[in-house]
Amino acid sequence: MGILEIKDVGKRFGGLQALSDVNLSVKENSCHAIIGPNGAGKSTLLNCLVGKLIPDSGSVMFDGQSVLGRSPYEINQMGISRVFQTPEIFGDLTVMENMLIPIFAKRDGAFRMHAIESVLAEKQVIEQAEAMLEEMNMADKRHMHAAAMSRGDKRRLEIGMCLSQEPRLLLLDEPTAGMARADTNNTIDLLKEIKEERDITIAIIEHDMHVVFSLADRITVLAQGTPLVEDDPQNIRGNPKVREAYLGESA
Amino acid sequence: MLGLNKKDVTLLTFVAVLALFAPFILNPFPEGSAMAQFNAGYPDLMQRFAIFGIFAIGFNLLFGLTGYLSFGHAAFLGIGSYAVVWMYKLLDYNVLWGLPLAVVISGIFALGIGYVSLRRSGIYFSILTLAFAQMMFAISYSDLLGRFVGTTITNGETGLQVYTSDPQILLGANEPNTPHLFGLVMNNSFFLEVGAWQFTFNVGYYFSAIVMLVMFYLSVRIFRSPFGLMLRAIKSNNTRMSYTGLNPRPYTLAVFVISGMYAGLAGGLMAAMDPLAGAERMQWTASGEVVLMTILGGTGTLIGPVLGAGFIKYFENIFSKINDNVLHQWFSFMPDGLEDAMVFIVHPFIGKGWHLTLGILFMLVVIFLPGGLVEGGQRLAAWIRSKRGGAEENTKSSTEPAE
Repeated sequence: MGILEIKDVGKRFGGLQALSDVNLSVKENSCHAIIGPNGAGKSTLLNCLVGKLIPDSGSVMFDGQSVLGRSPYEINQMGISRVFQTPEIFGDLTVMENMLIPIFAKRDGAFRMHAIESVLAEKQVIEQAEAMLEEMNMADKRHMHAAAMSRGDKRRLEIGMCLSQEPRLLLLDEPTAGMARADTNNTIDLLKEIKEERDITIAIIEHDMHVVFSLADRITVLAQGTPLVEDDPQNIRGNPKVREAYLGESA
Repeated sequence: MLGLNKKDVTLLTFVAVLALFAPFILNPFPEGSAMAQFNAGYPDLMQRFAIFGIFAIGFNLLFGLTGYLSFGHAAFLGIGSYAVVWMYKLLDYNVLWGLPLAVVISGIFALGIGYVSLRRSGIYFSILTLAFAQMMFAISYSDLLGRFVGTTITNGETGLQVYTSDPQILLGANEPNTPHLFGLVMNNSFFLEVGAWQFTFNVGYYFSAIVMLVMFYLSVRIFRSPFGLMLRAIKSNNTRMSYTGLNPRPYTLAVFVISGMYAGLAGGLMAAMDPLAGAERMQWTASGEVVLMTILGGTGTLIGPVLGAGFIKYFENIFSKINDNVLHQWFSFMPDGLEDAMVFIVHPFIGKGWHLTLGILFMLVVIFLPGGLVEGGQRLAAWIRSKRGGAEENTKSSTEPAE
């Protein structure tokens, strides 16, 4: 049994069968990559995991509990954090404030009316945030407006915000899309570090083969809304079916 | 001190000094001089500064922090007034019974209106709140609710007021027949004559000003709290908010109710100064006015709404009082033809035309100072500092977050 069990999931948008018979099991503390050509249904699948979409059929179990019908915030409180394709951070707030919010959310739950206490009096939360900024090498940027940072730094902050909640499953949606080579490599290094140092399961959707083969322990290839192959990275590379569906004849 | 950092204590002290010395600050020109008409230190106007300050502070908690633009906040203003006048009618003229009730009832209404309106965001939210407020206005204006119950509730277009036939069960023999707080009559004023100046200290103004200071302090605490941080997070990125395990709904609803209560308190104070409540207080123009105040002063800043409220109320009262006779006096040094021409040109901007002046000022502020009067103050301070201290200090100040 994996920590995330996807069974017979199907999703239809009008005349388009975006997903059909998706069966997938993500093992605890592994890094599982989901790859596939454009329109294969990768993002649809991810949205079904985080509560943005509800599949028409099948089940999605996280740690023995169904996530279907729950809102994104409830699913996050279960222990799933998501990193977006374009970094979703609180652009108007400072880096420090960005880091405080997920820690408050982890401590206080989905809603708490603490309207009179001062943020500055929450020493423990601030310490945790400082530590996470330190770990992300962003301590010197803590008073900066988050929107003013580079794409790579925003990504780093977003990953830090997710990690500060100590999730059990981290979902990454093309974490290096639109990044310069140097930023991509930094992000890969960061993710490798996270994988080694933490008890965390990572599921990653990615286009960039370099990223996939540097990180993944296990790869699922999705094509036309259904899993084509699931195997270890070295076997995926040589698999002719994958080449045909995804990498194209020329690869 | 008071659970605030040094900067906020300074700000609070600044507002407190402004509020407590307002009778002096607003009366800079000697009595009987040509400039005396620009004095704003009379009770009626000073009370309005404080009351609309409360209204705008509350509105800014919603709009400034979460970015949800309510266009129906005047409804709560009206509810507050009605609640207070009803307490006058049933109990007695002590404002202490009515004000808490005004806060509670407007809070309950805000809960209902907010629950429905907050299902949508952006322009749809604004339209929903506007629709609710207009419905409330129509109901009050026609006393629809009263017709169902069989007794009057808002007294329709006449407005709610106290009659001698009302029960007033707590009314004592020697009790004053106008709003008061344990015998301190709101209308009473104390005059101080210094040379050619006359300063007015009004009980009602000081009562409103103290309430305003408490509400200002409360808003500073909310701004600096984890709750306030979450509200700013909603404005900044709602998606990230949800995916961080936070439910934006109860946060926005809570602040909507708080801001509705602020408006209810302001409305209650209006009735505490003048024991009347009319439906026109709920009209959409009143809702629009508080939006203008907040934007003009500086949305999302602590002191902005107070400044904006003062600014607009000042212009409303002073500019609308200037008439053609006054203009003729001003331009009397000119030759006759030129004098008439000047009066003709300025005429549309004064008296009933003060809205035109306000509109132009509002446009200028929004275009050149998007951060409102607060940004203007900050730029001025930075400019003075750069004149005095040189470039080094200037770069330091520009990296500090705006507040």
